[in-house]
Amino acid sequence: MAYVAIADRDHEVEHHDPQTFITKYIWSQDHKVIAVQYGITAIFVGLIALGLSAMMRLQLGFPDQFSFINPENYYQFITMHGMIMVIYLLTALFLGGFGNYLIPLMCGSRDMVFPYLNMLSYWVYLLSVIILVISFFVPGGSTGAGWTLYPPQAISPGTPGVDWGILLMLASLAVFIVAFTMGGLNYITTVLQARCKGMTLMRMPLSVWGIFIATVLGLLAFPALLVSAIMMLFDKILHTSFFMPAISVMGTDPGYSGGSPILFQHLFWFFGHPEVYIVALPAFGIVSDLLSTHARKNIFGYRMMVWAIVAIGGLSFIVWAHHMYVSGMNPYFGFFFATTTLIIAVPTAIKVYNWVLTLWEGNIHLRVPMLFAIGFVFTFIHGGLTGLFLGNVTIDLPLSDTYFVVAHFHMVMGVSPVLVVFGAIYHWWPKISGKMYNETLGKWHFWMTFLGTYAIYLPMHYLGFQGVPRRYFAMGNTEFMPDSAQDLNAWITMSALFVAATQVLFFINIIWSLAKGPKSDPNPWDATTLEWQTPDHPPKHGNWGHELPVVHRWAYDYSVPGYKDDFIPQNVSPDDAPAGRDHEGGH
Amino acid sequence: MTITLGVLAIILATLLGWLLKQSFNTQPWVAEVVGETAHHGPLGTNSRLIGLLTLLAVVSSFFALILSAYALRMELGDWVPLSEPQLLWTNTAMLVMASIVFQWTRNAAVSGRRSRLAPGLIVTGLLTTGFIVGQLIAWQQLQSAGQLVTSNPANAFFYFLTGAHAVHIAGGMYVWARATARVVLGHDEGAAIRRSIELCTIYWHFLLLVWLVLFGLLLST
Repeated sequence: MAYVAIADRDHEVEHHDPQTFITKYIWSQDHKVIAVQYGITAIFVGLIALGLSAMMRLQLGFPDQFSFINPENYYQFITMHGMIMVIYLLTALFLGGFGNYLIPLMCGSRDMVFPYLNMLSYWVYLLSVIILVISFFVPGGSTGAGWTLYPPQAISPGTPGVDWGILLMLASLAVFIVAFTMGGLNYITTVLQARCKGMTLMRMPLSVWGIFIATVLGLLAFPALLVSAIMMLFDKILHTSFFMPAISVMGTDPGYSGGSPILFQHLFWFFGHPEVYIVALPAFGIVSDLLSTHARKNIFGYRMMVWAIVAIGGLSFIVWAHHMYVSGMNPYFGFFFATTTLIIAVPTAIKVYNWVLTLWEGNIHLRVPMLFAIGFVFTFIHGGLTGLFLGNVTIDLPLSDTYFVVAHFHMVMGVSPVLVVFGAIYHWWPKISGKMYNETLGKWHFWMTFLGTYAIYLPMHYLGFQGVPRRYFAMGNTEFMPDSAQDLNAWITMSALFVAATQVLFFINIIWSLAKGPKSDPNPWDATTLEWQTPDHPPKHGNWGHELPVVHRWAYDYSVPGYKDDFIPQNVSPDDAPAGRDHEGGH
Repeated sequence: MTITLGVLAIILATLLGWLLKQSFNTQPWVAEVVGETAHHGPLGTNSRLIGLLTLLAVVSSFFALILSAYALRMELGDWVPLSEPQLLWTNTAMLVMASIVFQWTRNAAVSGRRSRLAPGLIVTGLLTTGFIVGQLIAWQQLQSAGQLVTSNPANAFFYFLTGAHAVHIAGGMYVWARATARVVLGHDEGAAIRRSIELCTIYWHFLLLVWLVLFGLLLST
């Protein structure tokens, strides 16, 4: 079919040069500014959530030493910590932040296809964050129902924040989903429609692939959270019985009958499991690009990597009930979901092998982003392997409510994606700011974070094996828990506080770089992808000056034999490659 | 959850088929000189259509999930089927008419018969508003018959499903209102109006389809 590539229809993309400070930095429709807005907001709420985890750790490590922590706010800390980290930090940062920044730059577009909608997406996200933060200050405080918000306890008296906290939480989630959908429509349409000439799907950098498929998952899975939030609001406000069974609350009958809490769990985890991959897939993609760039070697098995991302995305929709082995669902389901869970490990393992093989005989530069990327491979393997344990029903049952699970999911979807976030920020910081950061400080930041998280989470696995239960405010005197468990808890708390404190290094580095950092080279890593080839550094509104780039090759032409440089940017034609020999022969 | 999985399978299979077509037998590592005439990548269609189709996938997932919840909840003991008000038939007829008139308007827009646009859009708007008002009256009829939202899970689902559907229609009415205003006020942007009407028509047909599925389900259970 004859058609005109969108690159030739440049006028279709609406871009107006912003004039004033307000249109440039506040009500901005520029994807790069929106990305930074998303990033700053997400990191800000992330810091709140980090503070909450420190409070929890203080109670666990040194029970009853701190008068400002009581059982009610301990549960509020747990809930808000989990919810903020998973949704308002990681989802928003990977898709709203990196998605916004990288998609148009890496695909060679001027901006997102719907810039106005994109701007709206950020402001609606900010609204959801504001609603969330307000819930700390309403009477009764924020909800303490756990981040999974399971009914009946989420909306039953006795749970902290049952009056206002839970309402604001559900409202905030609904608003977030609207914001995400607006952003998501943009990411999908931009990847499909606005790639520059020559940028075939199979030439896209893996970062874009990860973000693209994660967005597909998000768009299809977030409605499950929306449906369950609306239905729970019905139960709470109108006293319907979607989820609420006939229960007696403190001797009175609240008027519910026959609802199914398991129905909520199905809906919640139908969102909740893809959510893991909504966070993980962008991380997978970004890590692939970091490893390849800093090892000066093409990514091993590019096509396999793409299809692994797609396969993981598809499979992530049929594993949700492995979060529900202990929920009382039909036990035969367990067999099915354990099988699918183990199957999803196959494409995931392929990715891990390919990362390692990418490093094999590479020319590894242990710069800060590379350290974080390699650190991710370690933590992800550890978190992934314990996932294989927990995916089996028989092992999950005894471990389900212990710290083993806490350690597992923090390794796999807490520490691992956060390492990638840091690696990615360090990697793209020169492009975002035009400045370099301090390498030594960055390395200190890495090593303290990386080793520190092991100091936190390795002992936590052991506590889990001991049977130390999660979610408890205080452990009390129990036979099965040795005294040493408490010592270990104190150690974990110390480590956690240490790791939290070392994050200051990151912020010092950023601020130092902005204030005094040396100007960076437009392409300091000698990378091939398009964002490093912009005519302005940092890129200006519209990204590409007068002419859109034309792409001639994939994103991984590193150390191609026969060429002078050890990288060939994507927009360099085989005819123009430096000291170009026969361009087809070198692979 | 079978319903949801079915719907998602269709959506994902569509995406997968297209991806396969794009990537089959490609050799990404081979560089080539991309000339001025090369056509790589973008679909030969407009971005707003892709945006709309993506939105429709999201909305499909949303309704499929409610239907899954409906099917799961229905199996529990306290479910008392609701006998739907007869008025729903009239409402359905109005929505069908709205879709037909919208299609007629779209055809007129595509073939450039501008004089038909204003009456077509206005009739569509009236019929669609009629549908929403009809739904509200149906709610009132149920309320006065003592069928409250809390009376039974079947009732709760009825109000939820019809409400969610009406909200989506209302969202469509916003875009319709903008297009109609432009046509009636005579702001001459032929191509933009045509595109807007084309997309609205797709959205109307889609919501009609959703309604027919919902209505069929409500009637049969």
